[in-house]
Amino acid sequence: MKRTISTAILLTAIALLCACEREKRQFREPTGSAVPGDTGVEQSPLHPGGSAPLKPGESESEANNGAGPFEFNAYAVAEGQKLYYSYNCGGCHFHGGGGIGPPLMDANWIYGSQPQNIHDTIIEGRPNGMPSFRGRIPDYQVWEIVAFVRSLSGQLPPTVAPARPDNMNVKKPEDLGPKENPQQR
Amino acid sequence: MNLFRHNSRVFGIAAILWLASCGGQQPQQTMFRPVGPMSARIEGLWWFIFAIAVAVFVIVWIFLAGAAARRRVHEQLPPELNPDPAREQRYLRRVMVATGITLVVLFAILGHTVVTSKYMNSLQSKNPVTIQVYGHQWWWEVQYPNDDASLWVTTANEIHVPVGVPIVLQTGSRDVIHSFWAPNIQGKRDLIPGHSSAIWFQVDKEGTYRGQCAEFCGHQHAHMAFYIIAESPEKFQAWLDQQRKPAPDPANATLAHGKDVFEKGTCMMCHTIRGTNAGSHVGPDLTHIGSRTSIAAATLPNNPGALAGWISDPQAIKPGVRMPPNPLTGPDLQALVAYLQSLK
Repeated sequence: MKRTISTAILLTAIALLCACEREKRQFREPTGSAVPGDTGVEQSPLHPGGSAPLKPGESESEANNGAGPFEFNAYAVAEGQKLYYSYNCGGCHFHGGGGIGPPLMDANWIYGSQPQNIHDTIIEGRPNGMPSFRGRIPDYQVWEIVAFVRSLSGQLPPTVAPARPDNMNVKKPEDLGPKENPQQR
Repeated sequence: MNLFRHNSRVFGIAAILWLASCGGQQPQQTMFRPVGPMSARIEGLWWFIFAIAVAVFVIVWIFLAGAAARRRVHEQLPPELNPDPAREQRYLRRVMVATGITLVVLFAILGHTVVTSKYMNSLQSKNPVTIQVYGHQWWWEVQYPNDDASLWVTTANEIHVPVGVPIVLQTGSRDVIHSFWAPNIQGKRDLIPGHSSAIWFQVDKEGTYRGQCAEFCGHQHAHMAFYIIAESPEKFQAWLDQQRKPAPDPANATLAHGKDVFEKGTCMMCHTIRGTNAGSHVGPDLTHIGSRTSIAAATLPNNPGALAGWISDPQAIKPGVRMPPNPLTGPDLQALVAYLQSLK
């Protein structure tokens, strides 16, 4: 009898623990953050965006200036993946291997690998082809795309993987690929 | 069978019909009011199986009640250890006869089902009206293909069809498995990603018929409906000719401002309005959104209030839907709604 009770308590505890840390699927962002274009990104004369890209030879851990809001949310990363293809990022960057635009799954980052750098790149655009999406994409969706782009080079924790894409699998899933060590090119 | 069908309509099934007719003038969505040869056969099969099921139900209950009553009469008898072989033989024969009848009835249902299923694919025509329907999470893409690409029509969530002619729907899915079901007109057809299929039907009565997705496909599966609008061939042709035109230029300053909001904001990242710069195929084609009766896959009526609410915060109406909130200023929103409503 005692054994049964303790087993029941143990199972209940396991079940309750399993319910911990359930990932949030937030469909409706606070209205403020959904204002397109108004990102408060600081423009400095020396480098675009509010956070400095890595200096040549510097690796990410030394200059880690904060993760994006969705770096730990697999649902948001999967949404970012859908948006990546919906908004035709794949038209130039392909499945991350690059083509017309630079690759996103390697260690070389022209304009910085930090979430804020990538956000700035999307919002501001970059010379020689990258258009500005300011006012075109709600800010929370930009951050979702940022999280997905970072997953391409294995920058997210392995537990945060986007869902299987709808198109043909052309590479290893993001969470199984190698983790690149971003370098400033 | 006719007699039974008639009687059961009057007595037994009044409740079902009453439920099915809820909503008065609302577009119908019931297989009990077929408007084409296909759905008429499905209804016939339904009543056939229903009649058999009722008969079996009643007979089983009669025997069950009889058995219960007999047990009471012989309550005091001791258990029988050596039953009479002749009587056992008689009982065995009865069981065999009952099993035989069951088999015959089941095979009758099977036969009727096979014949009906075969009939579902019997409609053929050399010159049908061809319509393409693709399921999306959570709306329907509808195309009227044409050899001349400039006459190709793309719309969403409303399928206009002419009455009295064979129609073929070429179906597919753009993401997950959906199922196309307009019960007044035809049976269900699953839409499988990467697999196209064709479903034939004919509508004999003018009217608006509601259908919906019949395969769970995600958060907003319940809000994934469509209307089939059956019209006379002349009216259908007039509608098709209108749909083939690109969107007209804005007639006044307000509408021009609305077009500006559409083209310079987030809308054009996903939607198409033919005749403008907006040409993305992520969301529904809005070239003639003003001519539709509903928005958001038959979730809301198409009026300025509903449209404004939908544009501002779709996530409050269909949580999880792929359209983001659009916090526009009042004048921008008013102009955008006016512009969209003007696209007849």
